[in-house]
Amino acid sequence: MGLRRDPAILPSMLIDRPLPAFDLQNAPERDQGRPLASTDLRGEPTLLNVFASWCVSCRVEHPMLMRLARDGEPLHGLNWKDGERDGARWLDEFGDPYDRVGHDPTGRTGIDLGVTGAPETFVIDRQGRVRYRHVGPITEAVWADTLAPMMAELRAEP
Amino acid sequence: MIRLAALLVALLLATPAGAVLPEERLEDPALESRARQISRDLRCVVCQNQSIDESDAPLAADLRVLVRERLLAGDSDEEARAYLVARYGDYVLLKPAFDIGTAVLWLGPLLAVLTGGAGVAVYWKGRSGRAAVEPAPLAADERRRLDALLKDDRL
Repeated sequence: MGLRRDPAILPSMLIDRPLPAFDLQNAPERDQGRPLASTDLRGEPTLLNVFASWCVSCRVEHPMLMRLARDGEPLHGLNWKDGERDGARWLDEFGDPYDRVGHDPTGRTGIDLGVTGAPETFVIDRQGRVRYRHVGPITEAVWADTLAPMMAELRAEP
Repeated sequence: MIRLAALLVALLLATPAGAVLPEERLEDPALESRARQISRDLRCVVCQNQSIDESDAPLAADLRVLVRERLLAGDSDEEARAYLVARYGDYVLLKPAFDIGTAVLWLGPLLAVLTGGAGVAVYWKGRSGRAAVEPAPLAADERRRLDALLKDDRL
């Protein structure tokens, strides 16, 4: 509500609801990591980052993701509407911060998640429910003020 | 002249083509026209003030194809719309449904006009009430001073 709210950011329909079911292949020719299915995202709180090689803001966000990966944050990627090998090339060039990556060339999984653009990041709890959605790059401030406290809170949940 | 008239008639008959690409179109014209109608009421979530029928955004194209797939799968218009609302919320409807959550949106303007109208009515009533009060007649000495002033050539 209010004049300061960015009208371009639509509220997610998935908050507190289970992640919609998907079972995706790893990005073709990605040398490491594992493919991604919705059932993989439970047991511990995780971050699901929507990225694409054509996405300029993802390039801006990428060093931050590398840092989170170094710090041991459980980070998975949805390679959204990207060409066959573009995701792998991107990760080869800039580094691969993801444990699991799901290739979503048609963008259908993205639509099921209500994705409106890249990058977007979903915070998922132990039960595999979406608890938060961040639209746009994760900056230092977004991580420190919003996402890190939220992850700590979710880890404290049973 | 005839050419100009023909051009004008052609322009008047033209309907907006939308952004629908030839390969997106369904073969069944009835289904395609339903898809167009539904798409006109669905907001492009990237560009916000365009419908997916008008938008060239890649995501809008994906959503147009999705609507057509739902119709081919036997969805009613309402079910196809509900499919997208489940994913993107009421925001995806250019004309939101009337319910508790959107009541303020629909009734707000009416409420604003009524409140404003009531304010104007009260204001005008107050003004006409004041104007109706006659000024008190001048006392004898006031009258003399006024006459003296009116006779003064310097004024």
